Amino acid sequence: MSRIKVELKKKDVDTIKEICRSFNNNPDELINVLHTTQHAFGYLPAEIQEVVARELRIAVAKVYGVVTFYSFFSMVPKGRNPISVCTGTACYVRGAENVLSEFRKELNIDVGETTPDGRFSISCLRCIGACGLAPVVMVGEKTYGRVSPEMVRDIIREYEDQ
Amino acid sequence: MEMVTLTIDDKAVEVPKGTTIYKAAKKAGIEIPVLCYMDLGDLNIEHKPGGCRICVVEVEGRRNLAPSCSTEVYEGMQVHTHTIRVLNARQTIMELLLSDHPKDCLICPKSGNCDLQNMAIKMGVREIHNQDIAEVSTYRTDFSPAIIRDMNKCIMCRRCETMCNEFQTVGALSAINRGFMSVVAPAFEMDLEDSVCTYCGQCVAVCPTGALTEVDHTHRLIRDLSNPSKTVIVQTAPAVRAALGEAFGLPPGTLVTGKMAAALRRLGFKYVFDTDFSADLTIMEEGAELLDRLTRHLKGDKTVRLPILTSCCPSWVNFFEAQFPDMLDIPSTARSPQQMFGAIAKTYFADKIKVKRDHLVVVSIMPCLAKKYECTRDEFKVDGNPDVDYSISTRELAHLIKQANIDFHTLPDEEFDLPLGESTGAGVIFGATGGVIEAAIRTAYELYTNKKLPRIDFQELRGMDGIREAVIDFDGLPLNIGIAHGLGNARKLLEDIRSGKNSYHAIEIMACPGGCIGGGGQPLHHGNFSILKKRMEAIYREDAAKSIRKSHENPYIIKLYEEFLGKPMSEKSHKLLHTHYVDKSKKIIYI
Repeated sequence: MSRIKVELKKKDVDTIKEICRSFNNNPDELINVLHTTQHAFGYLPAEIQEVVARELRIAVAKVYGVVTFYSFFSMVPKGRNPISVCTGTACYVRGAENVLSEFRKELNIDVGETTPDGRFSISCLRCIGACGLAPVVMVGEKTYGRVSPEMVRDIIREYEDQ
Repeated sequence: MEMVTLTIDDKAVEVPKGTTIYKAAKKAGIEIPVLCYMDLGDLNIEHKPGGCRICVVEVEGRRNLAPSCSTEVYEGMQVHTHTIRVLNARQTIMELLLSDHPKDCLICPKSGNCDLQNMAIKMGVREIHNQDIAEVSTYRTDFSPAIIRDMNKCIMCRRCETMCNEFQTVGALSAINRGFMSVVAPAFEMDLEDSVCTYCGQCVAVCPTGALTEVDHTHRLIRDLSNPSKTVIVQTAPAVRAALGEAFGLPPGTLVTGKMAAALRRLGFKYVFDTDFSADLTIMEEGAELLDRLTRHLKGDKTVRLPILTSCCPSWVNFFEAQFPDMLDIPSTARSPQQMFGAIAKTYFADKIKVKRDHLVVVSIMPCLAKKYECTRDEFKVDGNPDVDYSISTRELAHLIKQANIDFHTLPDEEFDLPLGESTGAGVIFGATGGVIEAAIRTAYELYTNKKLPRIDFQELRGMDGIREAVIDFDGLPLNIGIAHGLGNARKLLEDIRSGKNSYHAIEIMACPGGCIGGGGQPLHHGNFSILKKRMEAIYREDAAKSIRKSHENPYIIKLYEEFLGKPMSEKSHKLLHTHYVDKSKKIIYI
């Protein structure tokens, strides 16, 4: 497990507490709390999970269990240009796997990881409703359709100086 | 109660509505195999995650097979437990479970006591298809002072998770990741040692495989026993004698005190002593502390905090140090009997036999895994030399006896050695929930009232209920007593104390179900509580058979105070027999 040490500032802790409170500190709302917290911070490092656990009065091991179960949650910050490869059924049968491995090879990182320069990160998602364009890749908010492994290098080049 | 009639394997059976197929089948005399399932009826815990699918059965009219442990019956349901479809599915499930499981059964610490192995034997697995495509996980083994986690052997039954979270409310373990990589682990996959784990060992007690095992000191012990420059002595905890016999096929509840002493002598221990002796000593110190706090409280001293909590259980100590750091001043400062024994053995006794501290090896036989950790704590060492060198479990002792070719059944009954082997009935009941407080009352009553106790047995303090309370009349002063076993129950009592809801004077807490008799180092009871009840009866039987049943009447305890300690809570007692607690809660750091 990659581990990033984070020092939370008091205002960050207050933000997390506020999010928990907005769900009435109800432990059954854990997934929603994590969802909102990740939206606020971009990712869920251990230090954030500890605050969530304390506020919802559940074991931090449980929080970690949920974070590692759902691929949506990430414990490492996403890159400035987050790459999401759709591996939903339609994209998968049209070769998403090959596209994905090309991205991994080009950037030398695995799914869920971020390049050391913080520029790119790779994640998988399940269907963005554009099956007609399968296989689909998103970089940030921009969508690319009918992506082939040969196109990968050009896509990456578009973001090289960002 | 609404009843439902169904047929299982063409046998009609009537059960209450809401019953599962598994339990209905059991009632009909049909034993459906289960693996992840665990029924701790007396704890009101039924673990039925429906995860392993070994228990699948065919239900007429249902498309897929049903997990019988978690499927409720309905009127007219027709169930078949061994059709060809069921048997094929069960075989495949078993093979898939084994496909990514290490095959080192011959040298696995759980070999012979493994539910997975037993299931493979029962189902006659002779071949594992799909073995090549399985990803064998490569988790590193996590060694702590008490428990070893080898997650490559985890089959995700999640029984440990239920014990750790629901019963103990410790929250050290949770299922993490998915697919082949899913295992049970502490938060952020930190080592158990860095987590909130209390080493209660209840996870080890229910683990069906070799994924969770105890740290084994038997080889170290064999080496020490064969070293002529060392004097190796042993102490045995009260609960061990009530369960050791089970490892040799004796029925639960067989007392083997005499045979155990004989076996230890044959193993080569120079002196065979009894932790019951230091349990009596604990009562002298803890009882004095109780009376001290009580009298000061009655005189209106506002600096005294009541209730006083017992501190013999190391897992319980770990629990409040990590989770109730604001209440470190409530528990008694008295060390546990294991540690009191070590401190006395390496001073008073070492002087008597003229052996230097570092040539004396003190070994303890404990029903407990947390004891393995307790004796490594820095405050129980002198110049790096621990008071108790190491602790071995009841299970390890059974292995040792077998390895040494000792026929346990034909052993004569032998006595413990003196002086640290003499004990009273009060010492032996430490092994059962409610026993420590009963022992304390037997002594505190007489010291407080200067009168003889009208009775010795306090039935109102005994039993298996998770939380119990009783009022004991101290000659006009009603003393409110609370008792909890299981850390989940302890948590409830502690939260009530914190919010000022209860008004107990004294509380006894034990981490394990039934007290030490259900400890994490005992022969595995697999959640069968009738075994625990039999062990408990054995403990009280031994107490009743003793001629002296109050700690302060133990002649060797009296002598120890005369010759060495002075009086309870003396300066020497404080140095050797008392301790302090540290805040182990993890602080959330922010700036």
